Amino acid sequence: MNRSTGFAFIAPLLVLMVVAFNLPIIYMLGLAFWDKGRGFTLEHYEGLLEAPVYLRVLGNTLRISLIATIANVAIGYPLAHWMRGLGRRARLIAIALVVLPFWVSILVRTYAWIVVLGNGGLVNRSLQWLGLTDAPVQFLYNELGVTIGMANVLLPFLVLPLFAAMIRIDDRLLQAAASLGAPPRTIFWKVYFPLTLPALAAGTLLVFILCLGFYVTPAVLGGGRVPMISNLLDTLINQIPRWEQASAISTILLIVALVIFAGYRRLDRKASA
Amino acid sequence: MSDIRLEGVSKRYGAVAAADEVDLAVAQGEFVTILGPSGSGKTTLLSLIAGLNRPTAGRIFIGGRDVTDAPAQQRNIGLVFQSYALFPHMTVLENVLFPLGVRGIGGAAARTQALDALKLVRLDGLQDRRPSQLSGGQQQRVALARSIVFKPDILLLDEPLGALDRKLREELQVELKQLQRSLGVTTLLVTHDQEEALSLSDRIMVLDKGRTQQVAAPAEAYLRPANRFVAEFLGIANFVGLADGRTGLVRPERVRVGPTGINGGRPARVVETIYLGQMVRYHLALQGGEDSPVVAALPFVGKAFAAGDEVAVSWDTADIWPVP
Ligand SMILES: Nc1ncnc2c1ncn2[C@@H]1O[C@H](COP(=O)(O)OP(=O)(O)O)[C@@H](O)[C@H]1O
Ligand SMILES: [Mg+2]
Repeated sequence: MNRSTGFAFIAPLLVLMVVAFNLPIIYMLGLAFWDKGRGFTLEHYEGLLEAPVYLRVLGNTLRISLIATIANVAIGYPLAHWMRGLGRRARLIAIALVVLPFWVSILVRTYAWIVVLGNGGLVNRSLQWLGLTDAPVQFLYNELGVTIGMANVLLPFLVLPLFAAMIRIDDRLLQAAASLGAPPRTIFWKVYFPLTLPALAAGTLLVFILCLGFYVTPAVLGGGRVPMISNLLDTLINQIPRWEQASAISTILLIVALVIFAGYRRLDRKASA
Repeated sequence: MSDIRLEGVSKRYGAVAAADEVDLAVAQGEFVTILGPSGSGKTTLLSLIAGLNRPTAGRIFIGGRDVTDAPAQQRNIGLVFQSYALFPHMTVLENVLFPLGVRGIGGAAARTQALDALKLVRLDGLQDRRPSQLSGGQQQRVALARSIVFKPDILLLDEPLGALDRKLREELQVELKQLQRSLGVTTLLVTHDQEEALSLSDRIMVLDKGRTQQVAAPAEAYLRPANRFVAEFLGIANFVGLADGRTGLVRPERVRVGPTGINGGRPARVVETIYLGQMVRYHLALQGGEDSPVVAALPFVGKAFAAGDEVAVSWDTADIWPVP
C-alpha cells in the first residue's frame, strides 16, 4: 500500500477529528480575540490582567495542584515501592485496591470523602475519641479537603506507571550494587531511584496537569469556597455568562500546561542523552 | 587475594536443598570451576559466597575470616552475573567507576584506575557508550572490568560466557584465563559447559542436586571420575563390564579402531562417522555382544572408516578406570 491510498483510508477519520474535536476548540480559544462588530481585540486579556481575581484563581489553582501532586508523590512512591516487595498474591490484591477507585464514579468517591472527613465523620470522631482534639477539625469546604480529595482521586495515575517501572528493575542490579560494596542508601539513590525517575516524572506531570483542570472534587469538597480555574470557568460559562473571558482563561491554562510539558520534555531528553 | 573455605554449607528452599553440605577449599590465587547441570545449585553457591544469600547451615571463610553473617558490602568480592547486571542508566565508564565511588575513590585517580581496567579487558575507547549500545561480548567485558577494578580479594563468575556464541566464547576463555593469571586473583567460575571447565581451571568441582560429586584436577576428574554421574557429565563415557562385576570406564580417545585382522581386537561395525575437524568420532556396534555401543575418537589424518565398515576395536586394560 502506498502513501496516498493509506491517506485515503484515514482521511474520513481525520476530517471527523478536525471537525468534531479541533474546530470547536479553536473556535472556543478564538472567541477571546474577537469582539462583535469590532473584529480582533486583546481587550479580554487586558480584562484578565485588570481584575486581580482571575490571576488569584490561577495562582490558587497552581498552588493547590502543586500541593496535591506533592502529596501524591509522597504517598505514591513509597506505596509503589512497597507493592514491588510483596509476594505474588498480595501484589495482585494491592493492585486491585489501587485500581478499584477507577471503577467507582469520581462523584461517588468524592461524596464518600464527605462521610469520612465531615464534622461527624469517621476521622473527626476517631480524633475526638482518642482525645487528640476537643472540637471537630474542619477538613471540608477548604483547601485541605480539596487537596486530600484530589490526591486520592489521582493516586492511581501515579502509582501504576511507577509500579510498572519498579517491577521492571531486575533484583540482580541491586544485588550487583551490593556486591560492589554499595550500602543500601547508595543503592537506592544511585541505582534504584534513577531507574524509576522517568516513570516518576511522567506520572507526576500527568497528575499535575490533571489537577489543573479538575472540576468535580474542588466543587464538592470545596463547597464553592475554594475557587479553582475549572470552577471559575463554570461560573463564567453557565452563570454570568461571559464566554470571551472564559476563552481567555482557557487559553492561559493551556499555555501553562504546554510550558510545563515542554520543560518535562527538555529534562527527559537531557536525562536520556 | 584470599583463600575461600566452605564448611558444610547448606541452603534449603522448603524441601529443596539447593546446596547440600558442601565443603570446598580454594587456595589463594587458584582458579576453581564449579560444574553442574542447570538447577544443580551453582548460582546458589556463588550467591552464598558473595553474601547475597545466607546459608541455612555451615560456615563460609574468606581469607581465614568467618564471613557467614557479613553483608555482601563487606566481603570485597568481584561478582560477574550470568546476566551481566550492568547499570543501564550509566555509561560504561560510570559503571566501572561505581565500585570505586562507594569506596570513596574519586577524581582523576578513580578515572585512571577505571580506564586501566577497561584497557585490561580491551574496551578502551568505548567508555562513553551505554551498555545497551554494546554487544553481548562487550557487555560481558564491562561486567568483568567493573568486578576487578577495585582489586577484589576473590572473583566469582556465574556462567560469564554462557550467552555468547561459540567462537567468541573460546576467545574470551583464553583472555579470561590470562587475565586471572596476571591478576593472581582467587577465582571461582560457574559453568554447565564441561569443555569450558576442563580447559580453564586448576581444579573443578562437580555438583549435582546441590551435592558435591567430586573435586579434582580436570584430567583427574575426566579419566578417574568419582562416580557414574561425573563420568557421564564430563564427556562421552564407554562403560564396560569388568571381571569382578564392577563397571569400567574407557574414554573415546583411549579406544583403538583398526582394520579387521590386525593385532586382534574385537570385531565391530561402524554405525556412524562424525568429523569434528582435527578428530573423527566413530559410533561402533560390537559384534555378537549385548555390550552397549562404543564411541571412539581418533585424530583425523585424511582417511577414515565409513558407516557400515567392519573394524577391530581394542583398548588397554591400563586405560580402564573402575568407576567407584
Ligand atoms: N529463591 C529461590 N527460591 C526457591 N528455590 C530456589 C531459589 N533459588 C534457587 N532455587 C532452587 O534451587 C535449585 C538450584 O538453583 P540454582 O542455584 O539457580 O541452580 P544453577 O545455577 O546450577 O542452575 C533449583 O532447584 C532452584 O529451583
Ligand atoms: Mg545459574
